[in-house]
Amino acid sequence: MSYTIEGATGIWEIVCGLEVHAQVISRSKLFSGAATDFGSAPNTQVSFVDAAFPGMLPVLNEECVAQAVRTGLGLNAQINLTSRFDRKNYFYADLPSGYQISQFAHPIVGRGEVEIELADGSTRQIGVTRLHLEQDAGKSLHDQDPARSFIDFNRCGVALMEIVSEPDIRTPEEAGAYLRKLRTVLRYLGTCDGNMDEGSMRADVNVSVRHAGEAFRTRCEVKNVNSIRFVMLAIEAEARRQVEVWESGGEVVQETRLFDPARQATRSMRSKEDAHDYRYFPDPDLLPLVLDQGWVEGLRAGLPELPDAKRARFVRDYKLPAYDAGVLVAEQSTADFFETVARGRDARLAANWITGDFFAALNRTGRTIETSPVPAGDLGALLDLLGDGTINGRIAKEVFEAMVETGAAPGEIVERRGLRQVTDTGAIDAAVDAVLAANPDKLAEYRGGKDKLFGFFVGQVMKAMEGKGNPGLVNEALRGRLAS
Amino acid sequence: MLTDLTITAAAGALRRGDFTARELTQAHVDAVAALNPRLNAFITVTSERALEQAEAADAALAAGEAGVLAGIPLAIKDLFCTAGVRTTAGSRILEHFVPPYESSVTANLLRDGAVFLGKANLDEFAMGSSNMTSAFGRVENPWKRVGDAEAMLVPGGSSGGSAAAVAARLVMGATGTDTGGSIRQPAAFCGLAGIKPTYGRCSRWGVVAFASSLDQPGPFARTVGDCALLLGSMAGFDAKDSTSVDLAVPDFAAACRRGVAGLRIGVPREYRADAMPEAMERLWRQGLQWLRDAGAAIVDVSLPHTKYGLATYYIVAPAEASSNLARYDGVRFGRREDGHDLTELYERTRAAGFGAEVQRRIMIGTYVLSAGYYDAYYLRAQKVRALILRDFTEAFGQVDALLTPTAPTAAFAQGEKMDDPIAMYLNDVFTVPASMAGVPAMSVPGGLDAQGLPLGLQVIGRPYDEETVFAVSQVIEDAAGFSAMPAIRAGVAA
Repeated sequence: MSYTIEGATGIWEIVCGLEVHAQVISRSKLFSGAATDFGSAPNTQVSFVDAAFPGMLPVLNEECVAQAVRTGLGLNAQINLTSRFDRKNYFYADLPSGYQISQFAHPIVGRGEVEIELADGSTRQIGVTRLHLEQDAGKSLHDQDPARSFIDFNRCGVALMEIVSEPDIRTPEEAGAYLRKLRTVLRYLGTCDGNMDEGSMRADVNVSVRHAGEAFRTRCEVKNVNSIRFVMLAIEAEARRQVEVWESGGEVVQETRLFDPARQATRSMRSKEDAHDYRYFPDPDLLPLVLDQGWVEGLRAGLPELPDAKRARFVRDYKLPAYDAGVLVAEQSTADFFETVARGRDARLAANWITGDFFAALNRTGRTIETSPVPAGDLGALLDLLGDGTINGRIAKEVFEAMVETGAAPGEIVERRGLRQVTDTGAIDAAVDAVLAANPDKLAEYRGGKDKLFGFFVGQVMKAMEGKGNPGLVNEALRGRLAS
Repeated sequence: MLTDLTITAAAGALRRGDFTARELTQAHVDAVAALNPRLNAFITVTSERALEQAEAADAALAAGEAGVLAGIPLAIKDLFCTAGVRTTAGSRILEHFVPPYESSVTANLLRDGAVFLGKANLDEFAMGSSNMTSAFGRVENPWKRVGDAEAMLVPGGSSGGSAAAVAARLVMGATGTDTGGSIRQPAAFCGLAGIKPTYGRCSRWGVVAFASSLDQPGPFARTVGDCALLLGSMAGFDAKDSTSVDLAVPDFAAACRRGVAGLRIGVPREYRADAMPEAMERLWRQGLQWLRDAGAAIVDVSLPHTKYGLATYYIVAPAEASSNLARYDGVRFGRREDGHDLTELYERTRAAGFGAEVQRRIMIGTYVLSAGYYDAYYLRAQKVRALILRDFTEAFGQVDALLTPTAPTAAFAQGEKMDDPIAMYLNDVFTVPASMAGVPAMSVPGGLDAQGLPLGLQVIGRPYDEETVFAVSQVIEDAAGFSAMPAIRAGVAA
């Protein structure tokens, strides 16, 4: 899908690359044994290493390395068996050592790619330039006291994966699709929880604009955008600003900018001249990181089925439409839920129920699939009652709503409320006779050629039977009576 | 006198019950009380703690559970963090810093029963070759030039307090750290044995960092054998230091008795400095003769990149230091000078907290890592460093150890060389190459110069082959029969 900005001097296209900081799921920090739990009381998860006390030394956490490699494998990326940690030097109060340990020259993961799917059903490959491991900083709190700032070092030293994309993104929609896909893959792998609102996934957005066919123009970096929607809005706002600058005869200067969601505009944070000189050099406290190919292969063998493969399998094995399959695999838990319900049943019916009534119920009740009032087994049992004719489709909806409300099993609801479908032809015939007797005028109209009234009679009979009549048998009985 | 004993002799006597650890420690506590006000070898004296440790050692000795260093009084360079005892790194910025943790090396010494008399003075953040940059005052070398009781000599640096304390018999041994010669040069200036082991042999965990790729803890003592005993306790793999080497600690004391028969000893021709004093020249030749007499073959070798050693060192070490010292920012611990904003807090804290030499090195280090200069300085220095290592690797293809002078001269007087930092840096010209290569090197006293001051010879060995270094050093020590004592020492002068 093409997205362009029409300016006075012609059509502009957007060039965008994303740097995503994804907090690694690990029990302890990248270089210390301190815990990583989110939301703990300030400064309760800080070791002397994290606080950069004199003489403290970093020791690399193997689990964080494994998580980075898993992520690299999940992005179909090159795993660099030799990588290195560098120091990125700058002063800030929430950076205790005065440097961040990062991987500048030799990252652990090289080129990879992410396939994104757009609303029109088309797909695109977005290149991943690299993924490297680095430490997160602490948090400065400026709103606790009028005169002083406070610092919480809990986050300090937690492992981050910085995932840098190629400047392959051309529209805000592609940026959104890329982030959603990346988040899905990270969650499948269990390497990052992807919660942007908790800050465990953050994005820096690089934007430039150009006329089609031109070389790249100067880019600006929009820092720390904390939701997918804001990323899309920030790209749009920044691109429009740059088009205005170029078209008014100015020149876009390379700088770091911030996105203000309230104004839906970006503003300058620091120019290139004020940019830090980070004085990168290899961290002498750490040896080069050398991985064993066999260890990497062991991690590869342990990877879960990833969303692309799962979607293809759903289409192939369950005969689902590609779109439905895509919706179901977006979250691992949804895919698992679906497979539990679909196993041994009509898979398309299961998919329809999940993406329809079930999702609607979750939305309405504010629940997630993990806290759903209807477990997969119960939804499956409901489909079974439907399949074996115990209840009809209309009653199934009613039973489902009761399941959402009460959490009870469908069989129990059907029995307790007497919702079992009536298949006794005597009872159906009696209901049909009663309806026809009560509506002699409609009967006359029908017989006079107004065929459409058949539906009216069906409705009346079902109503008389409190919705429990077997629809096929009701139709059959009616047709017989009306024909005679 | 108890204070004149070697560690080896004292350990035997303690086990025989000739005296108690408490008596031994008390003798040293008294010596510290008498002489430290003059020598200023200690920044912090911990006599009470030492006497408690001595009593614990006596109990362990009585129970037959004593460690190899039970009851031996030591000085700890004030760069090693000691739990509950102030650790300053010789800097105002850490003037009141009391670490809640014990460095791995000092923990190893405590495990083996050692007694710590206090924290030894040093050049600020170990940056210096004279102990003149300490924020806690200069240290006096207990040695005197013959006929000149006035001139106050420097003990060398940066581990100057450690060396002065051992030489003056305030302690029986001490820890030091060596980045470019900070153990070997003060050992030479104070007539002591001191070894910088292979990089990675001793853990750096809990040692205040100066230049991480060079810093290496090691011991001082009055004999080679005592150094072997101390290093055996200090060394060992430490999972908390990623650059620590997972190798078993050899029996260094046994290695001292190996002799040098059949060994090939190299003489690097590039170490013949033009301005080397005649006495140093003569001692070097003498040292080679002692080794030849003991059965070693002497071989000329070349270390062609030696001349770049000092220049390279003064790029790499300040570069790492500029980064390592960024943590002293007044935010979490140590000295703080408040400011109106964060930048002013940093500027005021670091201006007040760091002395001139430290500031100079932070600026040099920041410069050589800066965009546009990195390739010309830091990157090139790393390449030259690789060449220096290759020099040693090739030399050790022909020989088992090298013999060189430790320093170009004997101890100089306080105030000399002070106006020209380059002249001061030249002190390290013979010690820096082994640091750059990470190989073990030991200084052993060989004799006195015309003014009666000790001169040291340096023995350099293959990586992880401290055993040969000890063997060669022991032969020199035995042949030299070095028995001179400093003018100022326990029981003699105050």
